[in-house]
Amino acid sequence: MKLTGAQILLKCLEEEGVDVMFGFPGGAVIDIYDEIPKSSVEHILVRHEQGAIHAADGYARATGRVGVCLVTSGPGATNTVTGIATAYADSIPVVIFTGQVPRALIGNDAFQEVDIVGITRPCTKHNYLVQDVNDLARTVKQAFYLARTGRPGPVLVDLPKDIQQQLAEFKYPEEVSMRSYKPTKMPHIGQIRKVVKLLKKAKRPLIYSGGGVITSGSHEELTWLGKTLHIPVTSTLMGLGAFPGDDGLFLGMLGMHGTYAANMAVNNCDLLLAVGARFDDRVTGKVDTFAPNATIVHIDVDPTSIQKNVSVQVPLVADCKPALAALKAETEGTLDEYDWAADHKEWVDKVQGWAKEHPLTYKDDTEGIKPQYVVEKIYEITKGDAIIATEVGQNQMWAAQFYKYNRPNTLLTSGGLGTMGYGFPAAMGAQRAFPDKLVIDIAGDGSIQMCIQEMMTVVCNKLPVKIVILNNGYLGMVRQWQELFYEKNYCATCMDAQPDFVKLAEAYGAAGFRVTEKKDVEKTLREAFKVDKPVIVDIRVEKEENVYPMVPAGASLTEMLLV
Amino acid sequence: MSKHTLSVMVENEPGVLSRVAGLFSGRGFNIYSLNVAPTLEKGVSLMTIVAEGDDAIVEQIVKQLRKLVPTIKVKDLTELKSVEREMVLLKVNAEDSKRAEILRIVDIFRCKVVDVSVDELTIEVTGDQGKIGALVNLLTRFGIKEIARTGNVAMRRSMQIDL
Repeated sequence: MKLTGAQILLKCLEEEGVDVMFGFPGGAVIDIYDEIPKSSVEHILVRHEQGAIHAADGYARATGRVGVCLVTSGPGATNTVTGIATAYADSIPVVIFTGQVPRALIGNDAFQEVDIVGITRPCTKHNYLVQDVNDLARTVKQAFYLARTGRPGPVLVDLPKDIQQQLAEFKYPEEVSMRSYKPTKMPHIGQIRKVVKLLKKAKRPLIYSGGGVITSGSHEELTWLGKTLHIPVTSTLMGLGAFPGDDGLFLGMLGMHGTYAANMAVNNCDLLLAVGARFDDRVTGKVDTFAPNATIVHIDVDPTSIQKNVSVQVPLVADCKPALAALKAETEGTLDEYDWAADHKEWVDKVQGWAKEHPLTYKDDTEGIKPQYVVEKIYEITKGDAIIATEVGQNQMWAAQFYKYNRPNTLLTSGGLGTMGYGFPAAMGAQRAFPDKLVIDIAGDGSIQMCIQEMMTVVCNKLPVKIVILNNGYLGMVRQWQELFYEKNYCATCMDAQPDFVKLAEAYGAAGFRVTEKKDVEKTLREAFKVDKPVIVDIRVEKEENVYPMVPAGASLTEMLLV
Repeated sequence: MSKHTLSVMVENEPGVLSRVAGLFSGRGFNIYSLNVAPTLEKGVSLMTIVAEGDDAIVEQIVKQLRKLVPTIKVKDLTELKSVEREMVLLKVNAEDSKRAEILRIVDIFRCKVVDVSVDELTIEVTGDQGKIGALVNLLTRFGIKEIARTGNVAMRRSMQIDL
């Protein structure tokens, strides 16, 4: 029996096991929307397409599955671009379906026409314009395959309206075979043995773990390696949660807002084992002085990440999971004859000494509420058992520094692109995936206003996301830079004209709380987290608190401004 | 900075040229010339790209090209023994007094005259960059009115050993 393109699309989604997609209808996708009620795929109607793509992204990060969003042509499609670039920067598997004007009108400046395939070429892993309804099922199969394999990423499928209406036989391909796409997954065993030799020789080894460990699901292998071989672990922002945050070997983040211990360890280590991390400039500081005494091993599934920013002595192109599993297998045999703990004791003591000397801290010396204190309280109350999403800026860094992530997929944050407005819709996607989990968006008063319209989506879909606004009345991170490097010229960063967030929450049908005194922080958070609907907690924090430690842009990691 | 000749085999699908060109422009890499045409294999095109950059930049270019989903194979021919050719059409001023000399040059360089008018000659030349450079130098003094170049096409030599 022949099906329409729209029917075929939904059959494909069912075949892929998609249970939910986030979207916003329009003329160019109305045929698909006509079929949604007849399928098993749930649709969540957002209030802005940016909300749809971030929600799909948050769903993907929290579950490890592919997130899906559906939008119309033209403005519907372009409104997703920020979210697509966000997912691309952080290698998140998302498939975006966009409507397109009928093929006969493509290129004619038709109403709501835009070349979304052209626009998103640089920020998708791959994209398609479906030109023949007989290619639709194969294209969708490839899109999902590309999104989740190799280095994951967003894949866009543009669907002309006439394709959605045309008839074709539906047959979903069982396998994907693409002669041009065969990512390297397995490590070269010779290189693995070389790494083990280096590990045995190293006196001051350090693991530098990135988001690739989480994406590949290799946190257990990483944790085994760190704990069994007694190697301290530092992490990128994206890698938080891959190694238990409360373990003594964990040093926290490195880089611009990394810990003193992590940055000193990088500077002094003799072997840096980078796993699924790409040496971002926020991590390396001045590249010439990064890990000056170390042999660098770099494990990454993406060959372009290797040798891009820093010179690597041992490259290892592979998925982190089989690579770390191979390292585990090769070192397991050494445990009887080789005393890793004794060999690394001096180094571990030194690193832990640095951590004691300059722990992550803040001066809690005023009557006001310190934002770090709020994050600490969130950790205490949740005991680390929550999914934390963040916006971007100071709130993001405090959420990274003062909450301990013990499990992967529990921190959803725009690391690569730094997208303000990401956290709330991402939290919404995660909450849909885990309805019984506590999902908290740690926000700033500036960035929460970028996608605040999704309050309506969470309320009517009964997604009880908790938003905690660290409200300092500033675009805080830019203000911090202005304070430190631009002689306090606070141009365009003061945001003290703002809505009444409590009333705003209530207007949407959510609950609102405001905290202005330190003594009320904990009890209000406890109360808010118990409310069985979406909540905004507006906490008025110290206005000019800064994120420390801080390595000024372009400086070496050892040139830290401490509290 | 040096020139590298890259041979890139790609799926012949819509937008592939734009994907490749976009990769260069999006990362600030410079394309010196780019030639693309179908191969014997159905659905496969071969691009010959001459790009400028130091070794680190070219290594990134090669990796980024390999990362593109429609890319089947990338070879940097610069380090290999290869044959490189470009076809150029040149329209040269050729009054009566100069015509014989121009034709002599055409003969020496084994070019072809493909169009003649009262005071112009259009010359087709095929060769490597050295030959074409030399010919352009020689003809410049007569006045080259127009030039159209295909950009390099290149192929790895079968024998890679020094004889």
